[in-house]
Amino acid sequence: MVEYLPILMTFGAAAAVAGALLGLPYLLAPKRVTPVKAQPFECGKDPIAVSEGRFAIKFAMIAIFFILIDIELLFVWPWAALYRRLGWFGFAEMLVFLGILMLGFLYIWKKGGLEWE
Amino acid sequence: MTPIPAPPVLLSALTPVLVILAAGALVLLLDLVPPRDTKQHLGGLALGGFVASLLASVWFWDADLRAFRDMIALDNFALFFNLVIGYAGALVVLLSMDYVRRTGAETGEYYALVLFAGSGMMLLGSATDLIVVFLSLELMSLSLYVLAGLFKTRLDSGEASMKYFLLGAFASSFLLYGIALVYGATGSTNFDKVAAALAGKAPDGLVVVGLGLMLVGFGFKLSSVPFHMWAPDVYQGAPTTVTAFIATGSKAAAFAAVIRLLFSALRSMQPDWTVLLWGVAALTMTVGNVVAIAQSNLKRMLAYSSVAHVGYMLVGLVAGGASGAGAVLFYLLAYTFTTAGTFGVISLCGRTSGDESVDVRDYAGLARRHPLLAFVLSLFLLSLIGIPPLAGFVGKFYLFGAAVRGGYLWLVVIGVLNSAIAAYYYLRVIVYMYMREPEEAIPAGLVPSFAGGLALAISIVGIVLLGVMPAPFANLAVAAVAPLLK
Amino acid sequence: MSLHGYLTLGALVFAIGLFGVVTRRNAVGMLLGIELMLNAVNINLVAFSRFHADLGGIVFSLFTIAITVAEVALGLAIVIVIFRVRKTIEADRLDLLRG
Repeated sequence: MVEYLPILMTFGAAAAVAGALLGLPYLLAPKRVTPVKAQPFECGKDPIAVSEGRFAIKFAMIAIFFILIDIELLFVWPWAALYRRLGWFGFAEMLVFLGILMLGFLYIWKKGGLEWE
Repeated sequence: MTPIPAPPVLLSALTPVLVILAAGALVLLLDLVPPRDTKQHLGGLALGGFVASLLASVWFWDADLRAFRDMIALDNFALFFNLVIGYAGALVVLLSMDYVRRTGAETGEYYALVLFAGSGMMLLGSATDLIVVFLSLELMSLSLYVLAGLFKTRLDSGEASMKYFLLGAFASSFLLYGIALVYGATGSTNFDKVAAALAGKAPDGLVVVGLGLMLVGFGFKLSSVPFHMWAPDVYQGAPTTVTAFIATGSKAAAFAAVIRLLFSALRSMQPDWTVLLWGVAALTMTVGNVVAIAQSNLKRMLAYSSVAHVGYMLVGLVAGGASGAGAVLFYLLAYTFTTAGTFGVISLCGRTSGDESVDVRDYAGLARRHPLLAFVLSLFLLSLIGIPPLAGFVGKFYLFGAAVRGGYLWLVVIGVLNSAIAAYYYLRVIVYMYMREPEEAIPAGLVPSFAGGLALAISIVGIVLLGVMPAPFANLAVAAVAPLLK
Repeated sequence: MSLHGYLTLGALVFAIGLFGVVTRRNAVGMLLGIELMLNAVNINLVAFSRFHADLGGIVFSLFTIAITVAEVALGLAIVIVIFRVRKTIEADRLDLLRG
């Protein structure tokens, strides 16, 4: 399958470019670190907050639970499209799947993961 | 509206895995209703799950089941790994019972995650399809990432979890890319079909790159050089019982997948991967042992030592054939007992406040204060060196014997030299225990634990039994690899 | 577009992700790079699936997507746990474990 060779070459070239971008500044660029340079750039002002910004952790918690439950639709969707043709077997399979999912949901709930305050 | 016929379902091929999964789900449920203060009963349930799975594996021995469109095989190979992983899981649960309570990290999800990780490991041994390999590897890894960060208030634990996760996910993407390329070249993810598509042809570039990327991914999971950087940090930061599980169970499971993949799906490429593994084995042994000498933290030292042991096991893969692969399986069994025991002793040595004694100097004079514990730890360390009549010696004997018969004399020379280097840092711990006086005010104490003692006793019986009468176990290992070499 | 086009795209996305993981100092940034790498594989899987006229690759990519999301969720959870204790998610500053 010689025709795949160009892909390998592309991959090699991409790796080489990425490596060069990483390596060249390290070798060539002068390094003079002064306290001013080490500061985060804030349009000439002194930085007043951490550069990562602030976020309330409860938002992140809910977001995590949301994407976990949300992504399970990935499996429900193809099942729903073929629901009638799959018959009782498909129904039972989906019950097992959702049952396990609900166990996880119950665990989140009972452990207080969904409480806002 | 033609109905789609229901595919055949043969759940019995999954029995050992399903038993553990059911135990895990039950642990989660019982943790909620009735909420209790101690989680001791959940530990008992987890132990019961592993023991039931072990019994199921023994019951199914010599079975040859295939299920789910040949995605799962329950043959002797899978069952052998079920036994290794079942033992590792049971020992870890026994060690954990008092450990997690003492360290204030006792939660229901700890036992559930150990069970889920265990089921992922067992599934890896049964996987005969690249999809199942990936899914079970992730089931195992995701559970272990969380377990490594069990001590939520301790920075080193969180850091270990983070590093393990980032490097593990990084490795997964390499593995997955490799899988995609092999699928592209052969048109199937099934091991048998991949083997059939590759048979009798010169391997094309796509498959060779795929093989390389998959070995990179597995190299991370096995912690073989040059992909071992995460091991010392994770071993040190993770709770000691979790470290024991990572060192034994996850390593055995990754080897199971690698052996089945290389010996069945990619068997026609044996010349390619043998050359590759030769170099990796030599490097892994040498780097692991040389760096271990410089460590004063016992958990870090054992991490590098486990890297070195992966190198020894790769020698068996290079040797190939029934004797080489069989030797790897035997070594994994011996290594599981020895390593679980060693980490078990460390988990029992500590202060009641939850801190552990992990520095070599903490063990000075241990022989006078706790003669039995010092003797037990010495036995495990001697087995790791490979002193007869303990399990480690027989394991190395089989591995190097297979390599000599395969004509890889230089690799064996490197391996034997490495074993000599390794003796230095293991013996240093024994010297500290028997010949040094404690320097500091708080030397290692013993935290008594019945379950932990039981786990150590099982491990000791295991390594002595494997060392004194290895023949039946070696036959078991050779019988286990037979289905792969048909 | 031919198979080659898709495979080249996949390889490039993978390389970009790799570049991101290696250069980022921020744990979340590294996570993003890993996501890119995993999704590059999905491009390959789907392209190969089409090329071989075999549904296996597409089914595989469904599983990959689900696993990827699970990894993101777990990664963020670990970041939160560390952030609560340490107040930083710069990977460089996680240097407690040294030997």
